[in-house]
Amino acid sequence: MSNPTLGNRLSKDDITIQSSSNRNNSLTCGHRACQGCGEALGARCAIDAAHHATGGKIIIVNATGCLEVFSCSFPESAWNVPWFHSLFGNAPAVASGVAAALRITGKEDIRVIAQGGDGATCDIGMGCLSGMFERNDDVLYICYDNQAYMNTGVQRSGATPPLARTATTVPHKNYLGNDPQIGKNISQIAIAHEIPYVATASIGNIQDIEKKIAKAIHIRGSKYLHIHVPCPLGWGFPTSETIRIAKLAIQCGLFPLFEAQYGKLYGSIPIDDPIPVEDYLKPQKRFAHLFGKNATPDAVSVLQEVANSNIVKYGLNGGDI
Amino acid sequence: MQYQLEGSQAIAKAVALCRPKVICAYPITPQTHIVEGVGEIIRSGELLNCEFVIVESEMAALSVAIGAQAAGVRSYTATSSQGLLYMIEAVYNASGLELPIIMTLGNRAIGSPINIWNDHSDAMSVRDSGWIILFAETNQEALDLHIQAFKIAESVGLPVMVCVDGFILTHAYEPVDIPSQEEVDEFLPLYNPATSLDIHKPLAIGTMVSPEYFMEVRYLAHKKQMDSLKIIQCVRDEFRRKFGRDSGGLLREYMTEDAETIIVTLGSVAGTIKDVVDDLNLQEKKIGVISIVSYRPFPIDALKDSLKKAKRVIVLEKSLAVGIGGILFQEIELVMKDTDAEVFSIIAGLGGRNITKFMLQEYLSRKSCKKITFLGLKEEIITKEYEFANFCGREGEV
Amino acid sequence: MFQVRIHGRGGQGVVTAAEMLSIAAFLENKRAQAFPSFGSERMGAPVTAFCRISDKEIRLREPILEPDAVIIQDRTVIESSDAFRGIGDNGFILINSSFEIQSNIKNIKIRHIDATGIAMEHIGRPIPNSVLLGSFAALSGIIKIDSVIEAIKAKFSGSIAEKNISAAQVAYKETLKVVI
Repeated sequence: MSNPTLGNRLSKDDITIQSSSNRNNSLTCGHRACQGCGEALGARCAIDAAHHATGGKIIIVNATGCLEVFSCSFPESAWNVPWFHSLFGNAPAVASGVAAALRITGKEDIRVIAQGGDGATCDIGMGCLSGMFERNDDVLYICYDNQAYMNTGVQRSGATPPLARTATTVPHKNYLGNDPQIGKNISQIAIAHEIPYVATASIGNIQDIEKKIAKAIHIRGSKYLHIHVPCPLGWGFPTSETIRIAKLAIQCGLFPLFEAQYGKLYGSIPIDDPIPVEDYLKPQKRFAHLFGKNATPDAVSVLQEVANSNIVKYGLNGGDI
Repeated sequence: MQYQLEGSQAIAKAVALCRPKVICAYPITPQTHIVEGVGEIIRSGELLNCEFVIVESEMAALSVAIGAQAAGVRSYTATSSQGLLYMIEAVYNASGLELPIIMTLGNRAIGSPINIWNDHSDAMSVRDSGWIILFAETNQEALDLHIQAFKIAESVGLPVMVCVDGFILTHAYEPVDIPSQEEVDEFLPLYNPATSLDIHKPLAIGTMVSPEYFMEVRYLAHKKQMDSLKIIQCVRDEFRRKFGRDSGGLLREYMTEDAETIIVTLGSVAGTIKDVVDDLNLQEKKIGVISIVSYRPFPIDALKDSLKKAKRVIVLEKSLAVGIGGILFQEIELVMKDTDAEVFSIIAGLGGRNITKFMLQEYLSRKSCKKITFLGLKEEIITKEYEFANFCGREGEV
Repeated sequence: MFQVRIHGRGGQGVVTAAEMLSIAAFLENKRAQAFPSFGSERMGAPVTAFCRISDKEIRLREPILEPDAVIIQDRTVIESSDAFRGIGDNGFILINSSFEIQSNIKNIKIRHIDATGIAMEHIGRPIPNSVLLGSFAALSGIIKIDSVIEAIKAKFSGSIAEKNISAAQVAYKETLKVVI
């Protein structure tokens, strides 16, 4: 009997592709993302997982945004996969076109991924995304959600959380930051299209991203994966803290990890002992106005309510969904 | 074989004969019969091996074509007017990416005020987009230009827009000769792009280009357009050899040989003008007509040559650049800048206003003309409008 | 060149009538051009369609302003559409009507036929276009009834085509009786 403390004792399922020296590095080093960029990490992890699951048979369509700009400044490219960028608002439709071309030429073993930030997904490209879902085109759409327009300098998007400070929601005396009453839940909108697969994931849980990609990539029809990717620059936290911030968002309930098939929620990752939302909010400068000398406990409670509601709605407490 | 067909049906047949693999469509008047036509051809099984993708907007229509073409297959879409404006970002994108997509533009006015009828405002709005823009005069030419367009686009590596006058051509029944599939197959080889999205040769397409390289990219785009003037002519010649019909090319001349006056125009109105010119030439008026087929690239040398003996050039166009005047007019003035010829501008047919023989005869019988004439302008409506505006101003409230 | 203008209402097959007429002429090796009064007319709104027939190529694109014949599929549009406008000398007007309609225009023949009645009897729907074309073939001599029948077949199929054909034939014979 061998010594149980020797070597890597993680079960096979828990060893990530990212931790392997053989990972594809689909988004390879040398790109121009900020230090600690959650999106770069999320994208490499997701595309490597897809590359692994398909034996490299993937084509990527990228919307305009941070990810596109930092990864492909002519004459260089950081992509080790066929990669195509057209516009900000049309990535899902372009991906539909790629999928149509593959279908008609009998190359359906090549899988199509469209990806973009939350602005491309929730706002400017939502019409095309909804069209792609409605036609059930054979595309996996990945949204890297950093909750604002980081590429243009941190302006509010439809995915910006309540009370967050952005360049267009700067708190003032009678204004507490992004209005709690507005914004949209794009994952729920995806679920409402009753497409074969919808899931959320976070760079705070790499195993989960890889599992969900591996599952989604072989499903025929439209798939949607929403990955939470903290942004040190836009959110205001040290560049070494990206993963920790992502984990805190999961643990407080503000970013629930769940899966849905054909319009029905069917699973979520429970959180033991949810932490108060303050633990997640306090390290981020975009929420600093909620804790300063003009602090308003009521405001924080708005976000706590969101977390509480998520915990019940998505069964994060182990309850029924 | 000859058929009596609606223009839109003729175009749909031509597109199908070119065997595109992906066709995407979003309906807009007057383009609708074209996409209904191609849809029917696909659904009925007449055209096999083609995906018909029904999308939610024009932006998506051209974007699907962009994706499909980037993945290496022949793709096609069609639109008009507001639809073209709605997809305009993708219009520039397709040419910038050098994707040889073919798009039919059923020419229609642009609002506001909303108007569904024919003029060329839509095409003019994208004249600098980097697409090759061809204008058809008849339904036969519309059909022929589509077959040529695929060949031109794929030879040059640029998208081609075939402009067909909305309603006037798209909804008109005329005799058209439709070539056989074998003939078209011989003329148009299978599409085999040099680069596409390929898992065996991973490429990044659509990268960001910084100021260090951008000028060169744009210079090359311009060069490519100008070089395609020659290819457009070659394809015209090859088409004539194959199908025995003179269609396409850079421009079409009619009675220009000894003409003192030449009318330059775009699209189907050339037919009506030719009828007028025939009548007047019986009275020794010496009038010729040039209709431009290749509006982009603009055939400046060919025009210079054809117009060199003209004493008077009249540019009749169905478009208006508000704040300066005629659009084609400015371009023809550029062509004529080193000559003594006088150039006149006629703005006609905006928003579907009829252009009749009578109107043209009346214009051509005038002793003197203003530099710019709005043909058939109803002065009484304008006077009334001014009176109303003045009245409102005086009263302070309506 | 022979120019025909057709007036009626949306839903009565006015545009189809012009198209069928052009197909009939095409089948007789003539050049023909048919087009609608371009618009966004809904069912019931006045609609106009045009057809030119010639031995030579037709280049003219203006609407037909001086028709040689006018076909009126619905007599209630005559005034609102100014349906007799521009009709040339020796032109004729064919009206779908069960009773005679007078006009004070000189040198113009006005003929009427109860096209709706014939259509109801033979097709079962109040679509008078094929009936009027049958009658037009008899009146004008520009196209043969056989060509009209072939044109109907080009536009319709199955029992609808058959019903339209028999309606057109009835109208052709009835009109001929009066003409002779």
